Amino acid sequence: VSARHRAYAAYALAAVALYLVLPPITVRTPIPSILLSAGAVVAGVGATRRGERRLGWAGVGFGVVAAVLAVVFTRSGVGNLERVFVWSALAAAMLRYATPLLFAALGGVISERAGVVNIGLEGMMLAGAFFGAWGADIGGGWVAGLVIGAVAGGVFAAVHAFFAVTLKADHIVSGMAINFLALGVTGYLFVKIYGDQGTPDGLPQVPDVHLPVGWIPFLGDAVEQLNLLVWLALALCGLVAVYLFRTALGLRHRSVGENPLAADTAGISVTRTRYTAVIVSGMLAALGGAFLSIGFVHSFNQGMTAGRGFIALAAVIFGRWNPGGALAAALLFGFSSALAQRLPEFSPPTATLFQALPYLLTLIAVAGLVGRSRPPAADGIPYERH
Amino acid sequence: VGGPESPGVVTVASRLGGFMRSGGVAVPLVTALVAFVAGGLVVLATGSNPLSTYKAIFEGTGLNWLLPWTSSDDRIIAAQNLQQTLLLTTPLILVGLAVAVAFRAGLFNIGGQGQYIVGSIAAVTVASQIHGLPGGVLMVLAILAAMAAGAAWGALAGWLRARTGANEVISTIMLNYCALWFGVYLFGLGGPLQNGEQRSVPVSDTIADGARLPVFWGEAELQGLHVGIFLALLAAGACWLLLNRSVAGYEIKAVGYNPEAAEYGGIKAGRQQVRAMAICGLLAGMGGAMDLLGWQFKLATNDIQTSQVGFYGIAVALLGRNTALGTVVAALLFGALLNGTSQRNLDPSVFEPALASNLTLIIQGLIVLLVSAPVIATWLLGLRRRLVRAT
Repeated sequence: VSARHRAYAAYALAAVALYLVLPPITVRTPIPSILLSAGAVVAGVGATRRGERRLGWAGVGFGVVAAVLAVVFTRSGVGNLERVFVWSALAAAMLRYATPLLFAALGGVISERAGVVNIGLEGMMLAGAFFGAWGADIGGGWVAGLVIGAVAGGVFAAVHAFFAVTLKADHIVSGMAINFLALGVTGYLFVKIYGDQGTPDGLPQVPDVHLPVGWIPFLGDAVEQLNLLVWLALALCGLVAVYLFRTALGLRHRSVGENPLAADTAGISVTRTRYTAVIVSGMLAALGGAFLSIGFVHSFNQGMTAGRGFIALAAVIFGRWNPGGALAAALLFGFSSALAQRLPEFSPPTATLFQALPYLLTLIAVAGLVGRSRPPAADGIPYERH
Repeated sequence: VGGPESPGVVTVASRLGGFMRSGGVAVPLVTALVAFVAGGLVVLATGSNPLSTYKAIFEGTGLNWLLPWTSSDDRIIAAQNLQQTLLLTTPLILVGLAVAVAFRAGLFNIGGQGQYIVGSIAAVTVASQIHGLPGGVLMVLAILAAMAAGAAWGALAGWLRARTGANEVISTIMLNYCALWFGVYLFGLGGPLQNGEQRSVPVSDTIADGARLPVFWGEAELQGLHVGIFLALLAAGACWLLLNRSVAGYEIKAVGYNPEAAEYGGIKAGRQQVRAMAICGLLAGMGGAMDLLGWQFKLATNDIQTSQVGFYGIAVALLGRNTALGTVVAALLFGALLNGTSQRNLDPSVFEPALASNLTLIIQGLIVLLVSAPVIATWLLGLRRRLVRAT
């Protein structure tokens, strides 16, 4: 058995250990789970001994966490567990929380594949959230909101592109500037336009899509009623994957991120590719922001993105600069948010602590896996023509 | 090799070299000026008078206390305002230094906010939970605890960078949120360190009276200026010594400019990154202690969630060119701006404070944007060349 397989076995054992103590099985004693977790730790240690150190230690970590959680869960009431772990509701919430992340992460993939680090995703998302709400308000409909939101995100992105591409600024510093600017501009306009009242109650909303699938067990409940933008994000994920890896344009796009000199020599305009990529990325991030304001919480608050743009950036790295990977990462972070949201039913102070879970998970993901994933070779490096 | 740095890596510090080296004081001055003018255009575009707005903000800062023609009546109010400005400048110096030192090591520390928060948490915990110690001892202990907590928080990001290559920008941002929610958990309703007497208020216990930093200018009851400003200036002096007169500073800067060359010269890049981030965290954590022991005295979860001081540190450091002296000056500018636009000091009939605080954010963003590329420096250089040619 190879080291890698031992590590995967550790993950599986830890997962089963957790599954046993949760509804619908809800074993009321932690002993089987602890035994399985011990097995996970042994398998993890085995993996580290045989060369897969990172994967192995992750397996050991999962095993320990699973054992601790198994003890916690078996000690709490079945009623509480059944209220928190309603799997279909959790799945639906996961998709909802993952959607803004997915939009922004797809933007990040597009931008970074062209060689521009876009840490301004957070600000572009915020711009989308505000201008989406404002556009829906004055334009009288959610379509106007989405269009105006996306345009606003594109404008902020164009500023980033101008500095990062034309002026050869440091991408990270320029991106952070975009975040501050967007925070200030959206806050300023929000106070100016809406004052103390906040956005109006009757803000037009992006509609939900009702699917006649309620009869399918589990899955039906989860996807029966989801926002249109959830589906749009999932569709765009496939579209971006096809574009980047199955079309000639996508190949050119990636070549600019990997080796701009070669791309330039081959007659591809590095500047135009990078500008387009950054602006499209800003528009995507803005759609994610607009989902927050007119698809999810039905209002705009100052700074409402709360670091989601940065989590999306982590999802880009975690997903190894692939749309599919970004989707998986967004779902993982979305799940942790969904869980954190339901935990107050358990114990309010602990639930507060769990609000940190998505951020902690992002930290672990970036620290644990970034070493294994390689960014596009020219990512974040301004292109100088010699 | 300490971390999986890709070969030939260009750091933030080396890329901002143009801004850091060229143009003396002129470049940051013009940068700030351009940002203020652009901010004024925003004010103008939204139907207010930028000149009277800036004038009202300036009067709120208390800096008119320094002007010889200020009348003695105005001077009393100006003194109070200036005390508040310097009160805000104190943590800004420290979080600014926390960003500046990291920059010198080639790292972008966005975690000043989180390091500041863990510093506040440590300070309030020590100064409110330990009983039976003399006030002065408790105060020193609280400051040291805050510095240690901040240093640990910063070093964690540095260690993750050195050990796993995790980008410090993302890890420090995530650590900010972790610190925030940890603080909200501790002092929130039902939290382990929530106020023992007021069970319905999400706030910590109040610190012991003796542990407060002494006020030396103005009334202690009216939130006068505490001695923290001197501690912050002392820290700035220590940073100057560290960066310009010490081996440790040399090693940090060497890694900042070129980690590969530094490794070749026998400096362990990873170890320097951890060291630099620990120093940064220590400074920002101290900033948290200054605010807590100087004027807050207790920590409400709302304060933790709305505080932005660590983020202003980024603009402060960049505008101050990541030097100790520059950071102090830039901190004063932002302290004045924050105080001048506060609810308490800005006349709402001239300009709404809620708008003005967002204007500060815009100005901050513009400054960081203008620093990110050597636009102003290049422009000034071209201007000078043209002037020289013309004469």
